[in-house]
Amino acid sequence: MLAYAIRRLGLSVLILIVVMTAMYGMVFLVPGDPASLALGPRATPELKEALRERMGLDQPILTQILYFFGNVLRGDLGIDVWSKRPVLEQILEVFPNTLILGVVALGWALVMGIVLGCAAVVWRDTWADRLLGVLSVSVISVPSFVVAIYALIVFAVWLNWLPAIGAGEAGDFWSQVRALILPALAVGIGWVGYLARLIRASMLEVMEAPHIRTARAFGMRERDIVFRHALRVAIVPTISILAVGFGSILSSAVFVESVFSRPGIGTLITGAVEKRNYPVVMGTVLFMTGFYLLVVTAADLLIARLDPRVRDVLRG
Amino acid sequence: MSVLSVEGLSVSYRVPGGRLQAVRDVSLSVGRGEVLGIMGESGCGKSTLAAAMIGLLPQGAEVAAGAIRLNGTDMLRLPGEEQRRLRGQRIAMVFQDPMTAFNPVLTIGRQLADFVGAHGGGKGAAEIAGMLERVGIPDPGRCLGRYPHELSGGMRQRVAIAAALLMQPDVLIADEPTTALDVTMEAQIIHLLRDLRTSFDGAIVVVTHHLGVIAELCDRVAVMYAGEVVEEAGVDALFHDPRHPYTRALLSCDPAVVMPGSGHLPTIGGRIPDLTALPAGCAFAARCGMAEAGCGAPVPRHRGAGRSVLCHRSAA
Repeated sequence: MLAYAIRRLGLSVLILIVVMTAMYGMVFLVPGDPASLALGPRATPELKEALRERMGLDQPILTQILYFFGNVLRGDLGIDVWSKRPVLEQILEVFPNTLILGVVALGWALVMGIVLGCAAVVWRDTWADRLLGVLSVSVISVPSFVVAIYALIVFAVWLNWLPAIGAGEAGDFWSQVRALILPALAVGIGWVGYLARLIRASMLEVMEAPHIRTARAFGMRERDIVFRHALRVAIVPTISILAVGFGSILSSAVFVESVFSRPGIGTLITGAVEKRNYPVVMGTVLFMTGFYLLVVTAADLLIARLDPRVRDVLRG
Repeated sequence: MSVLSVEGLSVSYRVPGGRLQAVRDVSLSVGRGEVLGIMGESGCGKSTLAAAMIGLLPQGAEVAAGAIRLNGTDMLRLPGEEQRRLRGQRIAMVFQDPMTAFNPVLTIGRQLADFVGAHGGGKGAAEIAGMLERVGIPDPGRCLGRYPHELSGGMRQRVAIAAALLMQPDVLIADEPTTALDVTMEAQIIHLLRDLRTSFDGAIVVVTHHLGVIAELCDRVAVMYAGEVVEEAGVDALFHDPRHPYTRALLSCDPAVVMPGSGHLPTIGGRIPDLTALPAGCAFAARCGMAEAGCGAPVPRHRGAGRSVLCHRSAA
């Protein structure tokens, strides 16, 4: 298990190096020079040259990349060219907002997805199952920012139940919770449908397995068979999908945070892209990639915990 | 008095292009302390019959006629919830493949506890461990903490038998209990079932295509062909004096009785009839060496002392 964890971490580092190199290459591939873009059209050549020197852009590209790697290893993601603040500091300031949004969105989607997926199995081939199927496909198909805009108009503007913008007042827990509801609804609703379909399919396959027939032959209640025996088997493939899904949840958070003007990684990165603030863009993407790899690795370790067969393969 | 009796049972499956008659007008009964064997080649309806006995017919199967009485009560007329309560408690089943019969992600102990718990509990870990010891499992306490894949096939089948006996059922149905095992394991499981005959006071029904299992274990044998019981007799009478042409053909095909030097393994020519379009008369006539013109008429059942034969040409 430990060897497996170390192997997985090594692989993650390799992926991070590839992403870092690709990110760095991107800065050189986009038209225009980062220094002149940062300083605007009216900057003097001397100013540009000074900034280029400060950003290390006068060095050969390989040196630049190694220098960049070295900084990242020391936990330095660079300096914001506009505000002159360290990028990491800005990321850590807003990251909790995005993390909470992602976790709450995925959390309620998972709970609803399991309940609706199991309900569809218990009521399979009835009108309720078909209705759930139609609803699931509908919510999967609607982009999260569309849900966000409608939710904002209905619940914040018309009904005035919940705040339309921001992340709530600092230190006021309920204000933060109220500000979280609509974004979490918008980010998570597609995943409710997706997870419900996924768990239904996975459960239907498991319900055909001989061990379910055994459980029936021993007189177990159908409800106990579904929730105590089948779900434990069916949830395993769902976990790896969830981890991958966390990445796409974070990217839909980019749109939803913009709609609700909610401070977070999404607003940070869109703002930085608009201003060609490359250190912030690179730092943020790198940070999110690292975080995402951590989640995927954690999910694989969790699968190994839940499925004793995987655990034994890893041990042996 | 018989514990389990099947009366005029017919089961059919809805298939594209009509109805597949898997079990046709089968009547059987088995009493306390008795072992009934149900024998026949693949597709003869014996597994459908076993599934019907425990009320676990697959989807698409339909009982067209008949009754299955457990201690006099027709289980087919009981509501689903009462059928469930009988399953595992009064009538239990051991399945063919011990590799897949248990839930892969739950420990043996947890599964056995769930099976017992389905009937209101009342049995502790000590009692479960005691039953495991009785079926010859060394170190039962350790076995309870293990996952199914950590046990050998033979061990798993022992656990399955222990599980079936835990609630002291009136009827134990063993569906091909040794087919998935290798030869040494098979011998051990046969010995175990034979030992149980002395300590278990319920009725045992063994479904198999294996003549050795029948000869070793059973008191009485019903031979099935194309969904019908073509001959029923005491085990000695059946092996020494088979009356039905199909039984004779089946016994002569047993690899165990073929002369080793002959270099020839006899088979029954032809194939089983299409169960969706059965002939009006004898279903075996097309493959039978004794068939004559009269065999196309509805077949009489001859009854003699302790035996019955479904044939135009043979007497009981």
